[in-house]
Amino acid sequence: MDIPLYWTAVVAFVVLNLMMLSASVLVYAERKVSGYIQLRPGPDRVGPRGFFQPFADVLKLLFKEDIRPFSANPFIHSLAPVVMVVIAMSVPAVIPFARGVVIADVGPGVLVILALTSISVYGITLAGWSSNSKYSLLGGLRSAAQMISYELTMGLAVVSVILLAGTLNVTGIVEDQAGGWAILGWNIFRNPIGAILFVVTAFAETNRAPFDLPEAEQELVGGYHTEYSGMKFGMFFLAEYVNWWVASFVIVTLFFGGYLVPFEPLLIQAFPELAGSILLGALQVLSLLVKVAFFAFLFIWVRWTLPRFKYNQLMQLGWKVLLPIALVNVVVVALGMIFFRAIF
Amino acid sequence: MSTESAFRTSGAESVFRFWPRHNEAIYERLESKHVWLEQALRAEARGGDPLEHEMILNIGPQHPATHGVLRCVVKMDGETIEKSVLDIGYLHRGIEKLAEHKTYQEFMPYTDRMDYLAPYANNVAWCLAVEKLVGINVPERAQWLRMIMCELARISSHLLWLGVGLMDAGAVSVFLWTFKGREDLYRIFDEVAGARFTVSHSRIGGLVADLTPEAFRLIHQFVDDFGQEIAGWEALLNRNRIWIDRNRDVGTLTREEAVEIGLTGANLRASGEPYDIRRFEPYLFYGEVDFDVPTREEGDSLARYFVRLEEMKEGLRIIRQCLDRLPDGPIRADDAKQAYPSKDEVYYSMEGMIHDFLYTDVGVAPPKGAACYQAIESPKGELGWYLQSDGTGNPWRAKVNAPSFTNLQGLEHMMEGSLVADAVILIGSIDPVMGEADK
Repeated sequence: MDIPLYWTAVVAFVVLNLMMLSASVLVYAERKVSGYIQLRPGPDRVGPRGFFQPFADVLKLLFKEDIRPFSANPFIHSLAPVVMVVIAMSVPAVIPFARGVVIADVGPGVLVILALTSISVYGITLAGWSSNSKYSLLGGLRSAAQMISYELTMGLAVVSVILLAGTLNVTGIVEDQAGGWAILGWNIFRNPIGAILFVVTAFAETNRAPFDLPEAEQELVGGYHTEYSGMKFGMFFLAEYVNWWVASFVIVTLFFGGYLVPFEPLLIQAFPELAGSILLGALQVLSLLVKVAFFAFLFIWVRWTLPRFKYNQLMQLGWKVLLPIALVNVVVVALGMIFFRAIF
Repeated sequence: MSTESAFRTSGAESVFRFWPRHNEAIYERLESKHVWLEQALRAEARGGDPLEHEMILNIGPQHPATHGVLRCVVKMDGETIEKSVLDIGYLHRGIEKLAEHKTYQEFMPYTDRMDYLAPYANNVAWCLAVEKLVGINVPERAQWLRMIMCELARISSHLLWLGVGLMDAGAVSVFLWTFKGREDLYRIFDEVAGARFTVSHSRIGGLVADLTPEAFRLIHQFVDDFGQEIAGWEALLNRNRIWIDRNRDVGTLTREEAVEIGLTGANLRASGEPYDIRRFEPYLFYGEVDFDVPTREEGDSLARYFVRLEEMKEGLRIIRQCLDRLPDGPIRADDAKQAYPSKDEVYYSMEGMIHDFLYTDVGVAPPKGAACYQAIESPKGELGWYLQSDGTGNPWRAKVNAPSFTNLQGLEHMMEGSLVADAVILIGSIDPVMGEADK
């Protein structure tokens, strides 16, 4: 595809800023939803219905003293949060927001997503190591072990999607789901086990409850970010929220039809002038955002209602349960591709 | 070991520094016993431990999961705890010494601050001990009312234990959900005593005042509604895979071990020993009500969870029976040498006012040399007071047998060999209140 450079730059600028803004919306959403889950109203003082609470939080973090432990490694201690934010912000580059609206339409886009999410573990591990605190170190080590264990299952879940689509390109994968009646072409219906595995591993990869062992505040106080304060802590905070926002995007793109509007072919049949128009693009963005919002809500919902796993249970689940299922699923999908190509 | 050298201070300095020496003692205890020997032998066989993979981690006293100011110093191999040493005393307030300088009645509000999750049970424990020492006959109605309030205190304490236990496991919301039930209880305490938290409602020889009709209405409502709430908890947790897996086979104590360590309360009953003072040495009218003593055989954290949940249900049963059998009558002993006169007497008669004045100044004075031990089954376990009198209005010696303190004895043993994540669950399932353990 030949997308002009200025168009890419405009989309990149808009997307980056939207990501920043969405993080603050997510903070508000999480605090409000957790408030309702916990039988309390949540923030309601700053601005209308407490909507400006996240901005007040950020302002507070900006004015906080930046404390660095005496024995910490100064360079890496400052580098770790930057790594986290940069990685979290780069993943949206390969996600298509509507037909043709994507910052970088890379050929092997799925691999870029996998590679970037793997790098994000460096941020956590380095933060844990460089703080020179025992709690941080434990958090960092837990994170490294957890990422390695769940990366495999996640990779295999993605492999099953690639098998179905026959391409590594993210836009290609989305377009591949356009077939079938209305929404039946989505990968959640063609490959349900892969979808469930991917959602579970996405929770683990973003360190969200019930897999939030690296920061487990009841055991490790704050885990890898125990020794961070001020805006450095704020950057971890930002990265965490952007991470699960992006994870929701990836889940939707790979398994829930991405930007595809449900009943799109019927819609175009009824209104032929819609095809290729700006309105359809807007509808697609809206459809994507609605689906993503649901998964963002799921992340919040799960976090505030489930207890946390124990370290050995996490490993057991990853290696003994999820990995075999993922392997079998890949074989099943591959066999299905051979025998029932017509359906797929 | 590197830790030894880190805390070795030179010369005269160390004499004036209490803290490093205190720490050194703790590290020495860590280094002692078999673990150090085993490790030394292993290291010798391998030619040293160049990686120093073992780590000493200081959990507490300022740690979110230590329920106050408990300090555990643990030696870990990876995430496994090899050895742990507890350090308590951060909330020591000299409760026992304070008692020697107060009259018996004056000291009663101090007991609120011991196990601050079930203040009413503490009040009753103190009052019962003093009444036994002096030989006061408490009117029946007061005793039944005390039973109702003690059981409400038990439910309140267990509810907080449930919420905090789940919060330690990572489910923060449950902590706030249990506060819905506790809020109802606080409303009752507020109506009964005028204070939500530190009730100080019991008096030597009875109660300060009878319960208002509104208080009875609230208690009836609570008893009717709370059963359903417990059923809700059971539906939520009994089949929750993560919660069950995190508790099963964690911190298992056999019956023999539990008895040997001297655990009390729900922790002992979860190991299969059906010891409950309400049953074995009934105080108040516990001998006359019908209730079960829930026990479990497993002795792990899950068993302790089930036992406490059952105890809440039994508490409701006891309250129902108390409400049915509540007799009419006075709520305080009618003897001005033993208990406060009623406010009517104080305000409208000369004798009443003199008695009130004298009771506040001197209070009850047990005979010289009298001594007694009286224990109750508090939410945490056997809460007993040993009192010795020298014939004056102040106790010559007051010694408390605090259940949290005895229960903490088991923690070191339980933590050895478990994971760091288990340590948090274990502290929760022992259910210590540091105000009581540190006295």
